[in-house]
Parts: sequence; structure tokens; C-alpha cells
Amino acid sequence: MTKLKETVMHYVFLLAACVSIAAVVLICVYLLGNGIPTMFEIGLGNFFGKVWKPSQDLYGIFPFIIGSIYVTAGAMVVGVPVGILCAVFLACFCPHRLYRVLNPAVRLMAGVPSIVYGFFGLMVLVPVVQRLSGTSGKGLLTASLLLGIMILPTIIGTAEPALRAVPRSYYEGALALGATHERSVFSVVLPAAKSGVLSGVILGVGRAIGETMAVIMIAGNQTKMPGGLLDGLRTMTSNIVLEMGYSTGIHRQALIATGVVLFVFILLINTCFSLVKGREAK
Amino acid sequence: MKRSSAPTGRRTAAEIMAHSRSQIWLSAVLKLLVWLAAVLTAAVIILLVGYILITGIPNLSWDLFAWKFTTENQSMMPALVNTLCITVIALLLAVPIGVGAAIYLVEYAKRGNRLVKLVRLTAETLSGIPSIVYGLFGMMFFKVALGWGYSMLGGAVTLSIMILPLILRTTEEALLSVPDSYREGSFGLGTGKLRTVFSVILPPAMPGILSGVILAIGRIVGESAALIFTAGSGKDNLSFVTKDGFSVFAPLFQSTRTLAVHMYLLMSEGLYTAQAQATAVVLLVLVVGINALSGFAAKKLAKGNDHG
Repeated sequence: MTKLKETVMHYVFLLAACVSIAAVVLICVYLLGNGIPTMFEIGLGNFFGKVWKPSQDLYGIFPFIIGSIYVTAGAMVVGVPVGILCAVFLACFCPHRLYRVLNPAVRLMAGVPSIVYGFFGLMVLVPVVQRLSGTSGKGLLTASLLLGIMILPTIIGTAEPALRAVPRSYYEGALALGATHERSVFSVVLPAAKSGVLSGVILGVGRAIGETMAVIMIAGNQTKMPGGLLDGLRTMTSNIVLEMGYSTGIHRQALIATGVVLFVFILLINTCFSLVKGREAK
Repeated sequence: MKRSSAPTGRRTAAEIMAHSRSQIWLSAVLKLLVWLAAVLTAAVIILLVGYILITGIPNLSWDLFAWKFTTENQSMMPALVNTLCITVIALLLAVPIGVGAAIYLVEYAKRGNRLVKLVRLTAETLSGIPSIVYGLFGMMFFKVALGWGYSMLGGAVTLSIMILPLILRTTEEALLSVPDSYREGSFGLGTGKLRTVFSVILPPAMPGILSGVILAIGRIVGESAALIFTAGSGKDNLSFVTKDGFSVFAPLFQSTRTLAVHMYLLMSEGLYTAQAQATAVVLLVLVVGINALSGFAAKKLAKGNDHG
């Protein structure tokens, strides 16, 4: 009886472990199975073209791909330097008492829902950019700023433990050679934590490119090719949410195919992440 | 050693002074940058939380918590109840599976097992997928392929897949932190594997598992993109009575909006900024409170291990 129970439960646990495999397979099958035939049905030239006018059967998502890349790059420009420096601060510079306040605050930031970030962007950042630039205030600059803020906790949360994991003897060795505290941290500790910091940045890229609800509020959502820093643009994610509600037929299929392109981007980013992590393990 | 010290020997005292002065300058600049980044981050956090609280709290009113939603009151009460129900269903699905999977990975699987690698890889993939992609998948699978329509169940199952890697990872870490001597002691007393897992290994790992579960609750409460096209945007109270009569399962297949989706819809309609501000406060306080609870549970785990 006990033997039977043991065996049964063994397989129950095994089955539970296989659920995540099944989920990934199911998601891939449904997304790719729906999206790839659609791409060919629309025509690859049309689908990756520059014009999105569903009313005229033009489903070019190229502007949105560029939009996603621009917004992500902008978020990196804003978020990566601040994030890494802040992680360095928390790991190597922060007085203990300040750390007890700042660390939970950064973790709080990670928990804030994206819709709340979007609301904050719309009510605070958009009017500021509007006043300074004289445009609508919604566009690449605003989206980059907000996404840069949103990826801060992701970068800090990964980079700080990596910095702390560097053996103290490295730092002490640098000090003993006569380097100042700052110099030791930046030319010895930070390079030693390189792969951990890099994986934080990659996670940030993934978060920025997949962000939806916050971007919708502040990017402007125009379907044309993205222009300058102050011009509005639309990302792949916002394209899906904006039009899914009322789309039908091939239009809806085209939105799902947009999701597939996004999914491929995410898989690429995930692969980079595993490669970096694999190198770290070695 | 000799080679590196040779150039210093040839330098004049003035050069060495100049060099160390430039090092001091560089250090000062680096220090300034680091403090600047920290101050900037802190300022953003204060601005964000401050703005939400200051604009939102004056707009809170009892009307917003009325039991029934009407166009006048824009009550968030049905959305709150829906959020609670979706959270419970998603956890009922994801926690047993996630914990079971972690038990398999840590306690049953042999090291270097192919399957283990595959499970880890897929879990990592799942945790990298953005919520909008989950939303698309949920829409295609639960809403269209299974014919559930906009349903609370569809939304909850979609979310349960989304939080699965989180629960798996935190449980795995918690199980790994249980010392091997516990297992050896239990096996030495002649206890079976199953009993060892449930009565020896799981109890000390509980705070860690709990902290993961609470983090997952935080994610569910804040989620919006994965729910809009799966659970829909229904604003009515859950009801067991449909046009076909009474059914216990009726609420599961009702279109329901959670609090985060409710806030998105309030904002996109553009007419209810005050209500959106108030909803933002409730959402923020809920999520932050839930996350703080998770941190508390994790701390308890750390303490428990110190004493053990």
C-alpha cells in the first residue's frame, strides 16, 4: 500500500514538473501555428512593410518593430547607467542605515503594477515633456524615460547581488595596491561582477520590449514610421492591445502575428540571457 | 613585481603627485556619479508613490466601494471581488503544480537529469514571456479554441501559467535550503520518501514557499495585459444565476475585470480621472502590502534557518 502510494506520488510530481514543458510547447504551437500561416497569407512583403492600414488590407508592422526597438534602446540609455550606478551604490557605498530604507524602496518599485506606472507617466511625465517641447508630450522621449524608470528595479535587483558575490579579497587587494575605494570598486569589483550585471541588463531589455500597458498611455501610438525623439510611435505590444478589441478576421490574425514577432524577439533575448548565465556558471 | 614597480622608480616626485591628484579627482567624480544615481532613484520612488497617494487619497469615497457598479459611482467593489476570485483560482492551480514540480526537481530527480534541464529551461522561458503574449495565448486557447469566451476561468488559468515559474523557482530555492541532514535523519529512522518530503522537508521550507506565493499574488493583482482579452472587462457582480437558470459554475464563465483592468478602462475612457486616481491608490497599497508580506515571510525563513 505504502509502496503503491510512493510510486503514484512519484509520477504525480513528475507530471507536475512536465507542466511547464507542456505550457511552453502549447504556447509555441498556438502562437506559431496561428501566426506564421497568417504572415504568408498576408504576404511577407506586406506584413513586414511600412504601412499599417487594416481598412485597405495593408498590414505592415515594420514601424512597430522599429518602435519597439527605439523604445527599448531609449529605456536602456536612461535605465542602464542609473541602474548599474545605483546597484554599485547599494553594494559598495551605501551606509547601513540608508540601505535599510533604500533597498526595500527599490523592491517596492519592482512591485508597482505597470498600469500604475502608465498612469504616473501620463499624469506627470507627459505634461512636463509637453511644456518643455511644445509637442503633445507623448512619444519616444516620454516612453524611454518611463521605461527607463521601470527597468531600474530589474537591473538593480540582479546587479546588486552579483556585486555582493564578488569575493572581498578582490576589493581588499586593490586597496592594498593603493587604489582609492572608488577606483577599487569600479576597476576591480565591477568587472568581476560583469556577467551578473549583464544578465540584469538583458532582463531589463526583455521587460522593456514586452511592456504594454504603460507604453500605450504615453507613446502616442501613431502608426507611421517613428521619427525623432519627440515624435509619437507605436510598439508591437501596444498595437496588439489597441486594436484587438474591435478587430475581426485577417486583421485579428495580423495582430496575433505581431505577437509572434514579439515572441521571437523575446526568445532571442532569453537565449542571450541563458548564454550569459551559462558563462557565469563556468 | 619588479616590472610593474620599475616605471614608478623612474618618475619624478612631481609626476607621482600629479598622478595621485588625478586619481583623487577621478574618485571624486565616480563617487559623485554613484550618489547621483542613488538620489535619482530615490527621488523617482518618492515622486511616484507621493504623486499616487497625494492625488488619489482625496478622491477616495464610500461610493467607490459600493457593492454594485453603476455609471455614476464607477465602483471598484466588483473588480475587487473579481481580483480576489481570480487570485484564488490561479493559486489553486499553480501552487500544487509548482510545488510538486519543485519537489520532483529537488527530491526525486537525479542530478544532471535531462528532464530537469528541460524543465529549468522551459521555466526560464516562461518567466521571460511578457504578459501580453500570455494574454494572446489565453485568448486563442481558452477563449476561442475551448470556447469559454471572456471568462474568469480563462483569465485565472492564463495567470496560473504565468506565475508557475515564480512558484517553481522560489519553492526550489526553499527546498534546497533545507539541510541534507534532515533528509538523512528521516531516512535513517526508516521513513519513506513521501513521508520525509511532507513531514520533514516541507515544514521548514514553508516560509520560503509562502514568500513565493505572496509574490505571485502581487503579480496577479497588478496584472492587466494578460487579462484584458482572457477575462474580459465585465463590470457586473459575480452571479450564480444566468439566463439558463442557477449554476454553481456560472461565475467561472462570466466576463470579469480585475482591479488593474478596471483602472486601465477608467483611464482609457478619459472621463474618470478622479476615480482612476483613487483606484491607483488602492492598487498600489494592495500590491505594496502584499510584497511587504512576502519579504516578511522570507525574513522568517532566514531566521528559522539560523536557529536550526
